[in-house]
Amino acid sequence: MSRIATVFHQLRAQGRKALIPYITLGFPERESALELVPALVEAGADLVELGVPFSDPLADGATIQAASQRALANGMTPDLALEQITQLRARGLTVPFIWMGYYNPILQMGLEVFARRAAEAGVDGVIVPDLPPEEADALQQALQVRGMDLIFLLAPTSDEERIREVTRRSTGFIYLVSVTGVTGAREHLPPDLPDLVRRVRRHTDLPLAVGFGISRPEHAAAVGRLADGVIVGSALLRAVAEAKDPVEGSRDFLKGLRQGLDA
Amino acid sequence: MTVRNPGPRYGPYGGMYVPETLIPALKELEAAYEEAHQDPAFQAELQDLLHRYAGRPTPLTPARRLSQALGGARIYLKREDLAHTGAHKINNALGQALLAKRMGKTRIVAETGAGQHGVATATACALLGLECVIYMGAVDMERQALNVFRMRLLGAEVRAVDAGSRTLKDAINEAIRDWVTNVRTTHYLLGSALGPHPYPRMVRDFQRVIGEETRRQILEAKGRLPDLLIACVGGGSNAIGFFHPFLEDEGVAMVGVEAGGLGIPSGKHAARFADPKRGRPGVLHGTYTYVLQDEHGNILETHSVSAGLDYPAVGPEHAWLRDIGRVEYTYVTDEEALDAFQRLSRLEGIIPALESAHAVAEAIKRAPQMRPDQVLIINLSGRGDKDVPTLAKRLSP
Repeated sequence: MSRIATVFHQLRAQGRKALIPYITLGFPERESALELVPALVEAGADLVELGVPFSDPLADGATIQAASQRALANGMTPDLALEQITQLRARGLTVPFIWMGYYNPILQMGLEVFARRAAEAGVDGVIVPDLPPEEADALQQALQVRGMDLIFLLAPTSDEERIREVTRRSTGFIYLVSVTGVTGAREHLPPDLPDLVRRVRRHTDLPLAVGFGISRPEHAAAVGRLADGVIVGSALLRAVAEAKDPVEGSRDFLKGLRQGLDA
Repeated sequence: MTVRNPGPRYGPYGGMYVPETLIPALKELEAAYEEAHQDPAFQAELQDLLHRYAGRPTPLTPARRLSQALGGARIYLKREDLAHTGAHKINNALGQALLAKRMGKTRIVAETGAGQHGVATATACALLGLECVIYMGAVDMERQALNVFRMRLLGAEVRAVDAGSRTLKDAINEAIRDWVTNVRTTHYLLGSALGPHPYPRMVRDFQRVIGEETRRQILEAKGRLPDLLIACVGGGSNAIGFFHPFLEDEGVAMVGVEAGGLGIPSGKHAARFADPKRGRPGVLHGTYTYVLQDEHGNILETHSVSAGLDYPAVGPEHAWLRDIGRVEYTYVTDEEALDAFQRLSRLEGIIPALESAHAVAEAIKRAPQMRPDQVLIINLSGRGDKDVPTLAKRLSP
């Protein structure tokens, strides 16, 4: 069983839900993740998504676009990302790490080289927002032989047949995109979210984690009643950007979500 | 709908690299397009619009004084500049807008670089009663101010894109984000033969009318096929539409001209094929093709005096035609294009778009090496009114 599957298995046995924060590596400073990630784990993160910045993040809203541009300007690269992940593991962190990045940088590194280096660094899963299952055979195989999961997404626009195919090919967990849209904090959860979760649940026992637009403890609480995990990105980056001390700001923000989720 | 249904590739190029939310929309589009493509009623409606609204067929004009001045091949101009709105873009805009209407979409989003595709899209939307939002890089809005005004006159909302290089690439990012958000009501009217499947094929099919007419016209005029076709290549829709009906004709050579900007060593260009250090296969905007990128796979900013060629990727079918050697690709610099712009204006009384001037510049190099009994056809993809302010700024002392 992969580390991701194990964590969800344990949480399920305890009747708890996964809290999955996303940060962009290299934001706000080049080395920020080395302090931010341990703080997030301390605040209750069960898995951590590590965003690797790309010049043209077309699935992302304004917050992650701005963070990506800043991170690139700070000199973040896929090589440096792997190095920082290695350092985080060397500090004794055992939570699953999920690489979140667009396809072209992975393709340019070479799928096999990327998979080998990611496994060595301590990556457990990979999310590629512009790589639908249609195009994912080679990467999925390269990751799977090294015990890593390629996490697929499902969206409100996905129909029954597509849900069946994607759930059949998934390992680890499934990322449910809560809204038709790009990433970014929103005021309210979409009213059709329960319906999406129900439609996907009919086809699989895999853990379902919901992301896009979740920004408040009450959102986390509501999603926790529906699904197995909550992903929060833009709202966390905003907290990081606005806090005087990014480490403290991110810790406080995540603790709030944890309380909402556990309530 | 099945997951195991990859789009047709062009050799290894093409594909469908988009967020999950858009996959159902692309499959819906593919199915609707297939159906419309084979529906005589749809084709008749489109033909009627192209003829009675857009002014097709466009003429094939002999460029007598240019041919004489160069002293080689007989040069002809395929006059897409005379199509309604002043460029070939209207062919695709009318086709896709009709299709969107057939699919029950009420809202259109599009990107534009030089503004020609934006104007064509705004025009088609006005004609068919569709809501229209155009994304345009802030840099392009400045250098193509006339077209911004035209789009607004036509009832479109023009939204400035301030991200990244603030040109065509960023306008496409923003149009895709809008589409992801409003996918249920909105059709993305992509303007070139790029992006995810089915766009490269659909746009090519809507632009094939250029080559089909050219073929008929040159056979009528000369009783034979041309020896050489030349077209500029940004995303490559005018070129692919011009070349495609001739691909099986072995005697017809073809040259695609990329924007060489300030020259290849400067790095300030948009010549994806000409710069092995920066241009190599990768994924941008949903398709696998030649892309200008850094060593980490981040997309590079491009430069061209012509906004319509200022884009870091090329349509996937061009990548394939280049690999198999069917089409030769080269580049001309800003300076050469500006010279050609003026030369065609003075010798033929035709002011070409700066994009098309790249093709004219290449013809100026090649025609003298050809025999007088040979025929060279330039696809004059658009007219240059929109570029006059740019020229005035550069040429005035």
